[in-house]
Amino acid sequence: MSTTTSHEVPRSAPAEATAARPRRFRRDGSTVNFWLFTGPFLIGLIVFVYVPIGWSLWLSFFEARFTVTPDKFVGFDNYRQMLENSNFTGSLVTFTVFAAFIVPLTWALSLGLALMVNRLRFMRAFFRSVFFLPTACSYVAASLIWKMSIFSGVRFGLMNTVLGWFGVENIAWLANPDPPWYWLVIVSARLWLQAGFYMILFLAALQNIPPELYEAAAIDGAGPGWQTFRHITLPQLRATSTAVILLLLVAAYQAFDEFFNLLSKTTWGRPPLVELYYTALGQAQDYGAGSAGAVILTLLICMVTLLQGTFMGFGRGEKAE
Amino acid sequence: MSALSSNWDRRSVLRAAAGLAALGPLAACGSNNGRSGGGSSGKELVQYFHAYGEAGTEQAIKKYAKAYDKAQVTTQWITGSDFESKLFASLLTKNAPDLFEFHPQIQLVKSGQVADLSGIIDPVKDDFNPADIASHTVDGKIYGVRMIDDPQFFFYRPSLLEKAGVKVPTTLDELVEAAAKLTTGKVKGLFIGNDLHAVINPMIWSAGADTLDDKNQIAYHTEGVKEGLTTMRKLFTSGHLLLDAPADYWDPSAINQGLCAIQFCGMWAMPQIQKVLGDDIGVFPFPKVTDAGKPSVYNGGWSMFVNAKGRNVDLAKEYVKWLWIDQKKYQEDWSLSYGFHIPPRSSLAASATKLKSGLPAEGVELFGQYGHFDNIGWTQSMITALEDVFANAVRKDGDPEAALDKADVTVNRELKKLFG
Repeated sequence: MSTTTSHEVPRSAPAEATAARPRRFRRDGSTVNFWLFTGPFLIGLIVFVYVPIGWSLWLSFFEARFTVTPDKFVGFDNYRQMLENSNFTGSLVTFTVFAAFIVPLTWALSLGLALMVNRLRFMRAFFRSVFFLPTACSYVAASLIWKMSIFSGVRFGLMNTVLGWFGVENIAWLANPDPPWYWLVIVSARLWLQAGFYMILFLAALQNIPPELYEAAAIDGAGPGWQTFRHITLPQLRATSTAVILLLLVAAYQAFDEFFNLLSKTTWGRPPLVELYYTALGQAQDYGAGSAGAVILTLLICMVTLLQGTFMGFGRGEKAE
Repeated sequence: MSALSSNWDRRSVLRAAAGLAALGPLAACGSNNGRSGGGSSGKELVQYFHAYGEAGTEQAIKKYAKAYDKAQVTTQWITGSDFESKLFASLLTKNAPDLFEFHPQIQLVKSGQVADLSGIIDPVKDDFNPADIASHTVDGKIYGVRMIDDPQFFFYRPSLLEKAGVKVPTTLDELVEAAAKLTTGKVKGLFIGNDLHAVINPMIWSAGADTLDDKNQIAYHTEGVKEGLTTMRKLFTSGHLLLDAPADYWDPSAINQGLCAIQFCGMWAMPQIQKVLGDDIGVFPFPKVTDAGKPSVYNGGWSMFVNAKGRNVDLAKEYVKWLWIDQKKYQEDWSLSYGFHIPPRSSLAASATKLKSGLPAEGVELFGQYGHFDNIGWTQSMITALEDVFANAVRKDGDPEAALDKADVTVNRELKKLFG
């Protein structure tokens, strides 16, 4: 920075120095603008992200029941308590099952919708909006509609009414873990909520595929339909697919609203965030154990991300350069 | 003016405005504390209440608060099922309520969260139900004022029982059989709540056990309780239990809408049930689980506590004394004008004509005969541990012994923290 200044403002030339002043003023102004616009967000980041992370780490080594300013150091007791807690370890299994359902299903449904909407010759904007609209719906509102109206366990629930026409007994969709119908409720709610968003991503990617590729394939004798889809469309969507899968996995890790609202106080069907909520902010108010669980979860996510990066080859291209 | 022009040009003003706009949301954080002004006198109080289901209760609490002339009392009426979470989370902040309703729990006392109210209760102590006083006392000090007592038992439709040839159950096995006989195409035999949590303690008591004994040791891990859990599992999987109802056990909708023939609920719902079903309603306690046990009724209720870490502890105590000790007309109104609750003040309970005859009188009799009160040593973590037992051994097909063993670990850890 000083080197640049000496180049642009020779000390022995007062006239040039005068000319250079506005330039330095502009650079100072840029610095002010930089802090003005990034400062509030930086403060927010520090206050609402870094301080809580540090505080949580500190709390995880203390007996912190009903207080966030504890004074009793307990070492790794909270970590041991969480690792021995089958509800916490079970929540990791819940997440894995949820991700195994929701990631491929959303990928397939959103891609299918995108292909369908992309083929439309008229009313394309209408159908695009129709499929995208659920994205604007709150997860809490959708969960309540699913719970109270569609999958209500009594005879006037929509699904039970329909099943009743075929002589099927009422099903308690959410109260009974055996058979685990609650997965149908949770997965269908999230599918409805998020498929439209990923459809838009796929739609954008589909519209970026050069039509010449399809023309060339047709000249080479490729049949329309599955053959073209498999050998032209799908490979062209590889980058978008990778991004979609990553986003879906992140979203699955953050799952909270629908589980919390659809399954109240069960020991099953609790993803990690719900389990940690019940530990730290629920009735137990054990901030020490909750923080220890959060640290364990964070380490786990870091490990998975590193493994995923290695597996999917992120950064390999940059290293080559 | 010219100076202003030179130092504050259009861009500067815009920059400052953008900066202020960006800082606005930060400044707004934490400003909503539920206090609605009240001047600078400092005579303001905030109280937290969970949303009662009976119509008119919110207006009643706000009416009492408005009648208090020594401070402006603001009521936070918290809807939803996670009142406890919201209360505990807010108690950690500077916007914590000055007073709040809850149940007596020793960790609130041990952590210095609730103030000693002995000074305001002692003069009228003898007029309170002794069991209520005992359930709020730690080391001779009383930490809360009971506002209402809420016995919880089964409501049943005599006409449906008669039609099915079923007698009022006196054992848990009979209850299971009754549920089977009462289940028809559209009506399930029994409803005990969606998560079954309401019947956990009654089942333990009816099995001849208890949550903790007099020495604050585990008293729920018995053969009788295991037997009860096995029978409850049988009931849960029988197809005769109403599951996944739109409203939970505390709301009488299930029995009122004809979704079930018998429902576990509280005496608070009695007026609503009588309004819909008229005389076709009866009550019975949670039946005995084993021969060694006996029927039980959970005497729930709500108490008023003062936040010892609040900003207006003395003022809050004064308000509690004014409303829940001195204003007997409000206490009577609160207990009897909306739902039916038993007033914890013996003098009020004795003069409550609405509780003297018919179904309410039967409820009061069950309360006196089979009632079990809150144990102040039984904390939220312990409650959750037994909820997990029901989730794992009744709703899931888990081994009752293993589920109880798991609960023992949590409860013993908690007991060690509390009592050493």
